[in-house]
Order: sequence, then structure tokens, then C-alpha cells
Amino acid sequence: MVNITIDHREISVPEGTTIMEAAASIRIQIPKLCYLKDINEISACRVCVVEVEGQNRLVTACNNVVEEGMVIYTNSPRVRRNRRHTVDMLLSQHDTSCPTCVRSGNCSLQAIANDLNLVGSLYKKELVLQEWDMSYPLIRETNKCVKCMRCIQICDKVQGMNIWDVSGTGSRTTVGVSGSRDIKTADCTLCGQCITHCPTGALRERDDTAKFYRALEKEDTIVVAQIAPAVRAAWGESLGLSREEATVGKIVDGLRRMGVDYVFDTSFSADLTIMEEGNEFVERYQKGDLDEYPMFTSCCPGWVRFIKSQYPQMVSRLSTAKSPQQMFGAVMKSAFAEKLGVDPEHIYTVSIMPCLAKKAEREMPLFYGEFAGHDVDCVLTTRELDRMFRADYIDPRTLRDVKFDQPFEENSGAGVIFGATGGVMEAALRSAYAIITGKNPPADAFREIRGVKPKGWTEAEFDIAGHTIAIAVVSGLKNTRDLLEAIRKKKVHYHFVEVMACPGGCSGGGGQPIHDGCELAAERGENLYFLDQNAKIRFSHENPDIKKLYDEYMEAPGSHRAHQLLHTEHHR
Amino acid sequence: MSRLELMTPNHAQLVVEGLYKDLERRIESSPPGLCPVDISRAFLEICHAQSCGKCVPCRVGLGQLKNLLTDVLDGKANIRTLTAIRETAQSIMESADCAIGYEAANMVYKGAVGFKEDYLEHIMYHRCLSTLNQPVPCVFRCPARVDIPGYIALVREGRYEDAIRLIRKDNPFPTTCGFICEHPCEALCRRNMIDDAVNIRGLKRMAADAAGYVAPPECAPSTGKNVAVVGGGPSGLSAAYYLQLMGHQVTVYETLPELGGMLRYGIPNYRLPKERLDQDIQAILDTGVKVEFGKDIGKDISLTELKEQYDAVLISIGASTDKKMGLPGEEAEGVISAVQFLRNVALGKAESLEGQEVAVIGGGNVSMDAVRTAVRLGAKKVSIVYRRRVADMTALSDEIEGALAEGVEIKTLMAPARVEKGEDGKVKGIWVTPQMISVIRGGRPSVTPSGEEDILIPCQTLIVAIGQDIVYQHFEESGVPVQRGRISVEKFGGFEDIPGVFAGGDCATGPSTVISAVAAGKVIAANIDEYLGFHHEITVDVEIPEPRLEDKEPCGRVNMTEREAGERICDFEGVENCMTEAEACQEASRCLRCDHFGYGVFKGGRNIKW
Repeated sequence: MVNITIDHREISVPEGTTIMEAAASIRIQIPKLCYLKDINEISACRVCVVEVEGQNRLVTACNNVVEEGMVIYTNSPRVRRNRRHTVDMLLSQHDTSCPTCVRSGNCSLQAIANDLNLVGSLYKKELVLQEWDMSYPLIRETNKCVKCMRCIQICDKVQGMNIWDVSGTGSRTTVGVSGSRDIKTADCTLCGQCITHCPTGALRERDDTAKFYRALEKEDTIVVAQIAPAVRAAWGESLGLSREEATVGKIVDGLRRMGVDYVFDTSFSADLTIMEEGNEFVERYQKGDLDEYPMFTSCCPGWVRFIKSQYPQMVSRLSTAKSPQQMFGAVMKSAFAEKLGVDPEHIYTVSIMPCLAKKAEREMPLFYGEFAGHDVDCVLTTRELDRMFRADYIDPRTLRDVKFDQPFEENSGAGVIFGATGGVMEAALRSAYAIITGKNPPADAFREIRGVKPKGWTEAEFDIAGHTIAIAVVSGLKNTRDLLEAIRKKKVHYHFVEVMACPGGCSGGGGQPIHDGCELAAERGENLYFLDQNAKIRFSHENPDIKKLYDEYMEAPGSHRAHQLLHTEHHR
Repeated sequence: MSRLELMTPNHAQLVVEGLYKDLERRIESSPPGLCPVDISRAFLEICHAQSCGKCVPCRVGLGQLKNLLTDVLDGKANIRTLTAIRETAQSIMESADCAIGYEAANMVYKGAVGFKEDYLEHIMYHRCLSTLNQPVPCVFRCPARVDIPGYIALVREGRYEDAIRLIRKDNPFPTTCGFICEHPCEALCRRNMIDDAVNIRGLKRMAADAAGYVAPPECAPSTGKNVAVVGGGPSGLSAAYYLQLMGHQVTVYETLPELGGMLRYGIPNYRLPKERLDQDIQAILDTGVKVEFGKDIGKDISLTELKEQYDAVLISIGASTDKKMGLPGEEAEGVISAVQFLRNVALGKAESLEGQEVAVIGGGNVSMDAVRTAVRLGAKKVSIVYRRRVADMTALSDEIEGALAEGVEIKTLMAPARVEKGEDGKVKGIWVTPQMISVIRGGRPSVTPSGEEDILIPCQTLIVAIGQDIVYQHFEESGVPVQRGRISVEKFGGFEDIPGVFAGGDCATGPSTVISAVAAGKVIAANIDEYLGFHHEITVDVEIPEPRLEDKEPCGRVNMTEREAGERICDFEGVENCMTEAEACQEASRCLRCDHFGYGVFKGGRNIKW
């Protein structure tokens, strides 16, 4: 233990504790901007400086550990003056158009400036010329960037993609796409982790709410929405709802109040994905196609973008099944349109997703019969959904639990856990077991693959009717690269591998609500497992509406029609 | 009232002069990789502030030039802006009245031509080509990329053996470099911004002296591959060391009786005591390197045969022969090249120069080695004959001072004309033509005859130290490309058309520093490993002390002391004294730990493996 004094209070803390952690232990808050534990401890913003007795210069609290006998002041006159100057300097180069910024109210810079009671400024405003293609799903506003470098670090250390880097030198140092590339050709997977770790509004998703509103305005258009599993675990966070209060039924109510005609659950099409992917897996497994290399899940568009750019030679190992989002879009524009007796052109499909890459995935074309268009017309993130609730002044406390629409009302717990790492694999195994043996396993037979693993991947072997099936589950793209290298070097062998680009899976997705400094993927994932535990249907193949869809329209998993609508070749 | 007054600078002037000094040191130790356009703009701003304000081109023009450069940096320029910059700079160069104006414009002009790509990148894409790849300046400047802040921190803690182990990750000659490295790292040391560079070489010497013999790390399991290294100098031995660590079996071919190349046969014992060189070589040999002494490649065995017998061959033959002056009388007895002279001394074959007058031609480090060796061999009078000025000499200033302290005469502005030969065929002196310094060409002042009569400098031994050549003939005949007397090798240390053959060190670069040779050996070892189909990593298991929280008050640099000149000229023992532990600890604490502070903490201050 180390004995120190912080703001005249004597405390003992374990060796290796940082000044900031030591202060936090006695509820003394030291403001910070760039610091992100284990990811970005570079003391760039200098907001967390404190005074240490005997030192002429101020010391950053975030990355300096306490020493025996240290006497620390977190609010001395020097600290106070420096902190104000530093934040004032940051603001002098910040586009403070807060009222029209998506991060207003959830911006660390805004919060610190408010906390410090900064009124007026000593300095001249210095904004720079900004260039960015605003039609790209990922938007960077250089004048809102505080150069904390978190985006670079997340992309390097967690995702291993090195999309961002420092650009320029001296006073003109900023963040740019690495290697002087254009973001559109830089192999960005659109995982969005840089956005969810940005302290300000410098990085954000393209806002597609206006596009959605325009669809609502059209008289002859039927707007059909789907809600992804992980959205239900997070949407209430920024609206002041507890996890128990923020049910998926309330989103249905909210979307209806906005004017959406039909609301469905992506968990339904997750069940559909399991039917297609599960059957594909069993077929490929039995053919011996998986003896050397595994089949990979294909529902995460960040991962699909990753494999296409980083391991193009492995693309054939992806399941040909479309993602649940795309499958649902296809079903809406075929079976559902037919049921309503309207042309698919009159159906506008919107999906609410925890994800940025889905905005790019929707650009995949759909050609079916006379129809040439897209499965999905508009993708909104969880954050955009929350903003729309606010914009429509829908008081979340007045929302009621409303059921999803017919005819795709039912879904299984297996479809719900798609939103957590390991969930797709677990759902697939539950059904694969049934396909192989003809009977259901215990619903929780595969629970050992649950849980977020920060480093490496989860592997398991299951014996199904005498067949040993080796599987792996990985999330986060750096982990994914490590796994792919191990697979390619034949250090490991699996039959089936689930990959999610975002750490913790969709619940930690790049489109989810942002909480600076908190990683909520695991907690949200547990919520999804809780929903699964309490679901009346636990197996995708037991979803009665799925059975009906096959009986009435799709014929059988892997049928000709299913292939036309529910599978893809994964072209670049 | 007084008619005249003695001018004394006022307080403000004194402060400004201090600031100039600060700026000077700061510019000298400028971090590598900065945007040249931005730096030009900043320089221009200083230049503009220096304007007296009388003339339009300087008073107004420099400011407008700065505006144009700022437009480029702000992304507000187009291709016509670059033309405007060039033309404006030219106008100021041609029309300003004094150097404040025309030299300022010249700086901008040189940049607009010299780093046009950087300008164009800003103009066309609004981005910068510059990046700070290696954030630690000393490491950036070290050719072998030795972890300097790391070993300085270890020396501070008294962990000398760990310091040696850490240095060896990138440089298997820690002791040698502790004595004679030219320490390019120190020029960039950020400590210059406060007071003076850290004495990096001195701290390495401290580690080497205090650690004694440190065993090399374990070698990787044998790969069964064999590599021949031709020449046992610093580049060949460095490559051999790393290749052994990677599990390959290396055989070094050396024509001379012992290993070390120029370190043993070129650098005099008083600068690098042979027993200290042997410490490095012993550790290298302890990795299992085999050595074949006395085999001459080209006579005893050909390159083609080596290629057949080994999986890879490295040519590291150094620059081991002398350059001829081409003067009449050069063949006289008593005229000897510095290379030969120093080698004879190292081989124990040197004759006493008791009572003789010795002249040495040349102004480089080898020339200093030759004169100081001649002094130790008992010469009555030793003179350096050099065609330019002392300031133009390429020798390190410490070496020149050392020679002067030992009583050497320096005759500058004397161009050798012809050798005076006696009836007996022996050298009697060297005729020199007096010169005057003249215009600067290619960054170096030229000389021109002053018109005075030639002078005879009497000498009984004339040592020629005007450069070294490479014995490349056999290799050229075997198909190795040679250009301008050097083996012409690609950046990776090999040849496009000769797979499995590599070359590096002085034979590829011309005479250079030991640390450059080490760097070449390191690079080639990595590329031979890849060529042989492996990807071994060189790493070291030494934990580096965290930086301490402390103020960095200005503090004088600990310089090395030397033995008294009168005493040291009587023997060949080492001249330089090591620091004391207390001095080393203080000197090490001056290190600003750029591996941790500033950009280092972000982009990683160290490469833990290569």
C-alpha cells in the first residue's frame, strides 16, 4: 500500500494506482477528456492535471501512479487556472454549434466546459477547412475533433484495422485516414467503434432520419420497420429508462405513433437465418466441406466487409445466408407484399440497428421477378431512433408494450440472442442438433460459449449424435484477425465460426448509445440472455410463423426460392 | 556631455540574445519528420521579423510570401499559388537590398523546388506527406535504432548488465560503441532544448565498463541452414551474431589473423583498447559462429564456390585498401598509406619513428589516428597537411583537439604538389602549394592557389590518409554489380538478380561509421532470415524502468575526461576515462525519456522486437 494525501485527506491505496484512480476512491472527481483505460493513456488533453507538492510542473492524473508520501492537490489555484486555459484552448478550435450537434448533452467537452463555468473566451476562434463525403455512413467533422487520438487507438488496438492515423505535423496535426487514403477505399469495416469512443461529435453516423420521414410522408407507401435484437437492450439508456422498463414492445408503440405501418422483429428473421444457415452448415459439414476450413457466419456486415478486404481468398467460407436484416427486407418485399396484394415498390423497409455497417449493407441490390431495388431502404441506428423519439416529443414513460405485427409476430429466444457474442452460434447449434438428431437438445446445452472475451476467442467441441463439432466464437476484429491467422496456419481447426466485428457483438455495436468510458456490451448481452431464458419458444425451428412462411412461400430451407431471396454470393 | 559612449547591451537585448541561443539549440535538435512547408512558413516569419523595414521586397514581400504559404497549408491554394510563391521569392531574391531579404526568399525558393511534392500534396489533396514515424529522436537518428532511453534508464538504476543486453538487441558491439561511436543520436537529443545533449555514448561506455562480460542470449533451435560471411568486420560480425541467434550456422571468412576488421586494424588501441573490442567479439563468438582465418575469397575460394556450399552469402569486406594521391614521387620509400600504417601497428609490425619528422596528408578521423599513432611511435615532429581549413576537416572535433594536445602541428591551406625524393629513393619531404579559401560549391568551400611559392615540408615518413578503396575485383568478376568503386546493393542488402547473395557495410557505402556497419549487419540478418524462409524475431527480456516524476532542471552535461596528454603519448593505452557511477547516475537522470513523454507515449517509444 502507498500512503498519500489528496486535497488534505490522507489515504492508502495499492501500489500502481494512478492518481486519478486514487482520487476516485475517495470520490474526488478529476475531469478528463482523452483518457480511455488501457486503450488511450497518452495524457494528450492535459485536462486531468493536478499539483503534486515538490514538483514545479503539473502532473497528469490519468497516467501517473502514486508514490509514497505524495501530496496532491486537485483544485489548487494553479490547477484551476491551467484546466480553464486548456479547455478554453480546445474550445477555440472547436465548432461549438452545440444546438445542432448529435452529441449535445452527451459530449465530454461540453460537459467539462459547462462544469468549469467557462463564460466567454480568451482566445480567437480558429476553425479549419473541412472536407468529408457526407454521403458516407461514417462522418468525421474535423472542427469538432479534440485530437484525443482515441479513434486511432481503438481502431489500432481493438480492431486492428489502422484506418485512422495522425495526419500533418505541428500546429496542423489532426486525425485523418491513414496512409493518405480516402475513407471510402481505406477498407474501413464501418464497425463504428471510433464513433462510440469519440468524446465529442467529431465522429458520427450519417443521419438518415430525414430520409425516413420523407417515406412516412408518401401516401402510397407502406412503411415497414424491423427492430434488431440488440436495440432492445440499449435504446432506453439515453431516454432515462431502466433495463426493465425499456422493453421492445415500447419501441413498437413509439414507431407506430410516428406513423410506421407495420413493425416486425428482426429476431423473426434471425430465426429464418438459422433455418437457412443451420441447414447449410449441416449440409456442408456432412459433405466434408468443413474438414479443412470452417464455415463462417455472415450476419455481421462489419465482419463481411473485413473478410472481403483482408482475406478475400476466404470469402467462400462465409455462409451464403443473408443477414437477418437483409432476409427480412427480402421477405417484406416478396411474401409480405404478396400477402398485402401490393407491388414491392410500394413497400418501404426501415430497420433499426445497433450498427453502422448495416447502412452500407443495405446497398446490396435485390432483383426478384419484376422488382429491382433493395431489401432494405433505410437503416437507422439505435441512436437515431432515440433522437426521433425526442424529436417527436414522445415521452418514453407514456409508451406501452405493443405486440409486433402479423404475420411475423412470433420469434424465439434463439433469435433474440443474435445480439450478443456467441448468440448466433448458440442458436444455430440448437437447431443443427435438431436437424441432425431429429430431436431438441436442452435449450441451454450450449451455454458455455456465452460471455464477452476481451482477448482471443472462445472455442468448444460438442458431440451431436456421434459427430464432434468444433466451433469458435470471436468478437472484435483484432481478435478476429488472430483467429483467422491461426486457422490459415492450421494451428486450430473448427467446423463453424461465429464472428462479430464489435467487441461483445451487436450489443456493443457502433450504432448503440454512447456512454463515455463505459463498455456496456456485456451487460446488454446478459439482458438478451435473460429474454431468451424467459421466452416461450427457445428454438428457431419451432417458431410457428417461420414454419408458416416456409409452408406458404419459401417451401423449405435451401429451396430455389429461398436461394433467390435469402442467400447471396458475397460479391464485393 | 561625453563625445562617445561605450555601448553596453541593455537587459532586453541580453534576454533576446539568450533566446536566440535557445532557438538555435532548438532548431538543431528539431524532431524528425516535420512538415517542411510549415517549417518554411515558420522560418519565414522569423526572417520577416528581422527586416529593418526599409525595402519593399523584404518588408512587404516576405509577409505576402508567408500569406501564400499559409494558404497552401490551409488548403486554400491552387497550382497558381505555387507559381506565385516561386516568382515572388525570385523577385525578392533579385531585388532586395540586403541579405535579410534575399536570403529569406532564397530559403523559401529552395523549399519550393526541393520539396515540391509536399507543396503539391497540400495544394491538391489538402493533406500532408509528413509523419512522425519514430517518435523518439535519438532512436530515430541511430542507424541501428538502439533503444537509447531504455538503456539510459537502466544505467540510472545501476542495471548495467541489463543495459548491455538491451543494447545487444540492436547492436552487438556495445563496448566498442561505448568507446568510439560517432553518436549521431546526440545531435537530435531533445535535452538540447533545455541545456545540452545527454552524453549518450558516455553512458554506454559506463554500462560496458561496469557490466564486464555479459553472455549472449540463447540461440533459436538450429534451422540447418548455413551462411557464409566474407569479412569479419563490424557489419559481418553483426549479421553473424543475429543469424546465429536465429538458429542459422554462420562461418566467417577472415583474411587477417584476428576478427574485428577496421575496429582492430584501423582504430588505434588508445581509442579502442583491443581487450575491450575482444569483449564484444567474444560474446558474438559465444553464439557459435565459426571462423575460417587466412582464407582469401577470390584466391583460396571463389564466390561461386561459397554460393554452392552455403544457403546464403554475405559480402562484408569493408573498405580496406588505400587511395592513391597520384602525385609525382609517391612511390618513394617512406610514403605509406594510413590504412597500411595503422594495420602494421595493430599487427605489431610497426617500426619506431624515433627522431623522425612525420607528415600526414588528410583531415579526416583516419588522419587523426595516424598522427596520434605517429606521436606514440616516438616521432620528433608530426604535422597534418590539409588543403582546407580546420573548420572544414571531417574529423570529429574531439579528435582534432586530442591531436593538438598531443603536440601535433596542423598546416592548413596547403595542397600537396609533389613528393621530394632523395638520391637513395627515400622520401625527404612534401612540396605543398599554399591555398586560399574560396567560394562554396556543393555546400563545401573550395580552395584556389594563393599565388605564393610552393613550400617544402621536410619529412622522413609521409602518411597518406585521403580515403579508402574497396577490393571488389573478384566480386565484380563473379557478377556482383559495382558502381563507382562500391558494391551496388539494394536497400534490403541483396541484389535483384543474385538470390542468396547479400552485401553491406563499408564495401557498399564507402568508408562509414561503425554504427552504420552494425545497422547494415542487422538489416541483412533479418533479410537473410526471410530469404531462408523464416521469420525469427530478435527480442530481449529486459523490463525498462518507468520514468520518474521529477522536474528537469537545467544541469550541465558530464563530459568524458582524458588522461594527461604528456602521459598518454608514451603508450598506446586507452586515452579516455570512464564516468564515475555518480556522474553516470546524474547524466542518465538528464534524459527526458522521450519514449514516454510527448509523442512516445502515444505511438510507442520502443520496438520490442524486430
